[in-house]
Amino acid sequence: MPDPTLNSYLMLSAVLFAIGTAGIFLRRNLITILLSIEIMLNAVNLTFVAVDRYLGATDGQIIVFFVMTVAAAEAAVGLALVIALFRHKATLSPDAFTTLKW
Amino acid sequence: MDAMLFWVLATIAVTASLLVIAQRNPMYSVLLLIVSFAALSGLYVLLQAPFVAVIQIIIYAGAIMVLFLFVVMLLNIPTEEPTLERRWATGAGPRRFGAVLSAVLAAELYWAISSIQKTDLPAGVPETTVKDIGVRLFSEYSFAFELTSVLILVAMVGSIIIARKEPPRDHA
Repeated sequence: MPDPTLNSYLMLSAVLFAIGTAGIFLRRNLITILLSIEIMLNAVNLTFVAVDRYLGATDGQIIVFFVMTVAAAEAAVGLALVIALFRHKATLSPDAFTTLKW
Repeated sequence: MDAMLFWVLATIAVTASLLVIAQRNPMYSVLLLIVSFAALSGLYVLLQAPFVAVIQIIIYAGAIMVLFLFVVMLLNIPTEEPTLERRWATGAGPRRFGAVLSAVLAAELYWAISSIQKTDLPAGVPETTVKDIGVRLFSEYSFAFELTSVLILVAMVGSIIIARKEPPRDHA
């Protein structure tokens, strides 16, 4: 098997990012949509760490730390919204929450 | 050895992520995402970033995914209903268009990344130690680090306020 290069890691990250995007478009469950966002954030983290290894730097890993902090905050607020919405309509389909759309 | 490990972990990560978005039961989705994150953590070890690998497990798989699991169990979410009234903005057509767009995104990224030259990872790079990261985090990045504490506080207060039960209103 060929040794992984920077490209292998970037490709893997691109594939994961595309999977996350597809999940956001295709799924109609708010929880799964939030999970797709987590997949995308992880794809970006992988890019940061791979490029870090390529350049021999540490800045990317520190940024990954910040990305994880933001992901934790985003998950907390997102899930709180999910709970509030579910309490309101007893469904998690985004199609049910179109009141703000004309 | 490392090469094989990379391909194995990459396959696990991609398969698990695909299954996450293919599952109808959110509970399985969350558990599969933990598998995907564990594979990514292995890749971070291969990239000589043990600190990131460990916080990936502790924070992502340990904290964030448990939060998701907790909400899935708390709400006792039914599996996704395939129907509901179909409106044009949410029907099958726009969703197919979204799938096509993400395929285009993947092709575009493939095209962009494959044009990069000379991508061999340099050999013999020492592992990043936790000390390196700690020193830089608390010197160069200390302002951003302090800002994250404000962010966490805001997120905490916000999620408590959003998720609490509305107090009974007196209809006076």
